[in-house]
Amino acid sequence: MSAKLDLTLKIWRQDGPKDRGQFKTYQLKGISTEMSFLEMLDILNEQLIHLGEEPVAFDHDCREGICGTCSLMINGQAHGPDHKTTTCQLHMRKFHNHDTIVIEPWRATAFPILRDLVVDRSAFDRIVSAGGFVSVNVGNAPDGNSVPVPKVNADKALDAAVCIGCGACVASCKNASALLFVGAKVSQYALLPQGQAERAQRVQKMVAQMDKEGFGSCTNTSECEAACPAGISVVNIAQLNREFLRATITATT
Amino acid sequence: MSGTVDQIGSDRLVSRVPSGPIAQKWDKHKFEMKLVSPTNKRKYTIIVVGTGLAGASAAASLAELGYNVHAVTIHDSPRRAHSIAAQGGINAAKNYQNDGDSIYRLFYDTVKGGDFRSREANVYRLAQSSTAIIDHCVAQGVPFAREYGGTLANRTFGGVQVSRTFYARGQTGQQLLLGAYGSLMRQVGIGRVTMHARREVLDVVTVDGVCRGVIMRNMTTGAIESLAGHAVMMCTGGYGNAYYLSTNAKGCNVTAAWRAYKRGAFFANPCYTQIHPTCIPVTGDYQSKLTLMSESLRNDGRVWVPKTKGDNRPPNEIPESDRDYYLERKYPAFGNMVPRDVASRNAKQRCDEGQGVGTSGKAVYLDFADAIKRLGAKTIEEKYGNLFHMYAKITAEDPYKVPMRIYPAIHYTMGGLWVDYNLQSTLPGLFVLGEANFSDHGANRLGASALMQGLADGYFVAPYTVGDHLATSKLAAVGTDHPAFREAAGQAEAKTKQLLGIKGRRSPDSFHRELGHIMWDNCGMSRNAAGLEKAIGKIRELRSEFWENVRVLGQGDELNQSLEYAGRVGDFLEFGELLAADALQRNESCGGHYREEYQEEGEAVRDDDHFCHVAAWEYKGDNSAPARHQEPLTFDEVHLTKRSYRE
Repeated sequence: MSAKLDLTLKIWRQDGPKDRGQFKTYQLKGISTEMSFLEMLDILNEQLIHLGEEPVAFDHDCREGICGTCSLMINGQAHGPDHKTTTCQLHMRKFHNHDTIVIEPWRATAFPILRDLVVDRSAFDRIVSAGGFVSVNVGNAPDGNSVPVPKVNADKALDAAVCIGCGACVASCKNASALLFVGAKVSQYALLPQGQAERAQRVQKMVAQMDKEGFGSCTNTSECEAACPAGISVVNIAQLNREFLRATITATT
Repeated sequence: MSGTVDQIGSDRLVSRVPSGPIAQKWDKHKFEMKLVSPTNKRKYTIIVVGTGLAGASAAASLAELGYNVHAVTIHDSPRRAHSIAAQGGINAAKNYQNDGDSIYRLFYDTVKGGDFRSREANVYRLAQSSTAIIDHCVAQGVPFAREYGGTLANRTFGGVQVSRTFYARGQTGQQLLLGAYGSLMRQVGIGRVTMHARREVLDVVTVDGVCRGVIMRNMTTGAIESLAGHAVMMCTGGYGNAYYLSTNAKGCNVTAAWRAYKRGAFFANPCYTQIHPTCIPVTGDYQSKLTLMSESLRNDGRVWVPKTKGDNRPPNEIPESDRDYYLERKYPAFGNMVPRDVASRNAKQRCDEGQGVGTSGKAVYLDFADAIKRLGAKTIEEKYGNLFHMYAKITAEDPYKVPMRIYPAIHYTMGGLWVDYNLQSTLPGLFVLGEANFSDHGANRLGASALMQGLADGYFVAPYTVGDHLATSKLAAVGTDHPAFREAAGQAEAKTKQLLGIKGRRSPDSFHRELGHIMWDNCGMSRNAAGLEKAIGKIRELRSEFWENVRVLGQGDELNQSLEYAGRVGDFLEFGELLAADALQRNESCGGHYREEYQEEGEAVRDDDHFCHVAAWEYKGDNSAPARHQEPLTFDEVHLTKRSYRE
């Protein structure tokens, strides 16, 4: 089952936001196919520390595919070659002996590089802050069962709500559009009775903030869906467009 | 650590549990606490450290009330906190299933599940708050699982005989955290919360004996920054990563809590660690973390091992008659749904007996064949799809076809900073919420109770109790130019310089891994006095080597992940010793703390005469032994009995 790989890594190194950055090449030997991709990078970093070279900075945390912290363009694919998989859940069994692996950060104007493979994704937080919520203070809630939610709507809302906010959709889009991310949040609340009161303002405010952050436009190539580790469907973009149109026609403010 | 002073019924540990019948304590207390008027709230600033379920819910609720809030997170976004990874569900005493549930039953199950080492009044309040949590989360638009009629669905978790767990597939924590995160970001947009992302709290600052702020490192620029306020809420999660391999995220650490301990907050019951029975087994030395498979899987999965040692036939070729469904055999009343500590110990015992499976022999089967036959693969996918997907990604095996292989791993820590009924630590002005405190789960946490506690503390407890502190304390105006802030900032900077200046030969990771081995081998699922003494000696040796031989490259004034990590490892190397010392002093077995000397046929044996208390440790200086204080525990409602899940 387990085999060993010798690999060539070409990794983007950049000292800080203002540095130009460049690719550096590293050789790694004897990588077990049972390892995760980030464990392979851990081993590289241990070797670099041993050699006195600063380790490669990369974002990661839960290493179980749910926190959305890890990123990486791996051979030009966001989160690498495995379908519906974050980089932290990608395993080396997807690679072959003597492969060359090119590792880059997310590249988008709205996600400036901080160092090496680490980017700033706070633009997503600001989009949520503009309207990606239900305005309900603690203490105001009726009983949880007072408003029935049809199972099919609850399931669809959850399908949209499982977005992990990693930014792969933006990184894989040639226009660096954030429409899949925004669409997922807008759809979740549009499908639920709790989201109705702010339905129109929500989509307008989130889209306005998205534009302000410098994300590009959607040209329906669906790269985002193909790259999404959480399986968010482009149906959510269609829903977003409908919601936006509806809000434009019906909004009173 | 020998020669610790044991202080019984310490006057430093005033629990402030209100008098009166248990069901009325919290209402009475809420009435008796002083209020801050709506127009005065904006004059107070509260600093919330951590943005998981406890931190995000507290920051949002406090801002909704009108306080100025600063929220601090080590992540790039508050949504990344490790609460996001909680899988199975959240308990609430709704009795929607009409199966006899009640607040009292949830309270009873939690006290019993915690093996009689939690504070009754806190647990009762937790059970009381549970129902409002569900209501609030539904109102936030959390897409919980529903029945076809549109009502909320439930499932069962370990250690209970009712269905009270609300869930969103196997990603309940994610959905609850995103709900709290939405509320928090709403307050950021309104301007009541100032968000400080990518900041690591390195110290708390006390002025006139009251906690008034924090020192933090800006992880992007390396700048040491200060925040001053009127109260600090520590919501920084648990310390499971002291064991290196755990189900915690890589960034989880004890640093902020540990530095607060060194400033006067007592650390309670550090030896109470939860070892979760169903995790994906270790595959190699390079392993960086362990992945949980939710306890909810035990609703439909059956745990078994081959009856005969060394039976290495593929699982599907082992006939029923040659299988030992040991949990169903030993605990007929609860079967596969025994509490986590019981399930973990039994898995270890089977593997120690040579019945373990897989290449390492350190695994047991969790088998869904019967459930798939009964319910169909589609239903199983609806309930657990993301977990099965995750398992397949990691192991390259299809759990719809072959049983999962699972083994226990460190998952949650019941111990934490000591708090009174108000969730205030022994350091006035420092409140501790969620996993970071110690109060509600005793020596073992029941499944689906961590999310409940984090949100109860943040939405429904701390927002009231902090008001009482603000209304009753005379707090002088203090800014970050106060000498106490300058001194603490200077110390934080000096520590950074010290780490960078050692220029040794070993990486921070190598120290952390070695510490993890010491902790797991001697202070893990089963402990004994000799092993614990050995562990303490080894930790001390490793710690002194660390401060002479760690290699941290790069500079302090830049994004430097090695430097961040080294600081955390340094704290784990101190904290690990306290954990072992606490385990050594507690001469009994209870819940997750299993001392080999105190057991009967492999079941934990408590010593209520000598250990029916909380052990809270007081820092006495780097070169002195900490003092062990005791808060006696009384059980007026759920009477002390031997915990049994057999009948």
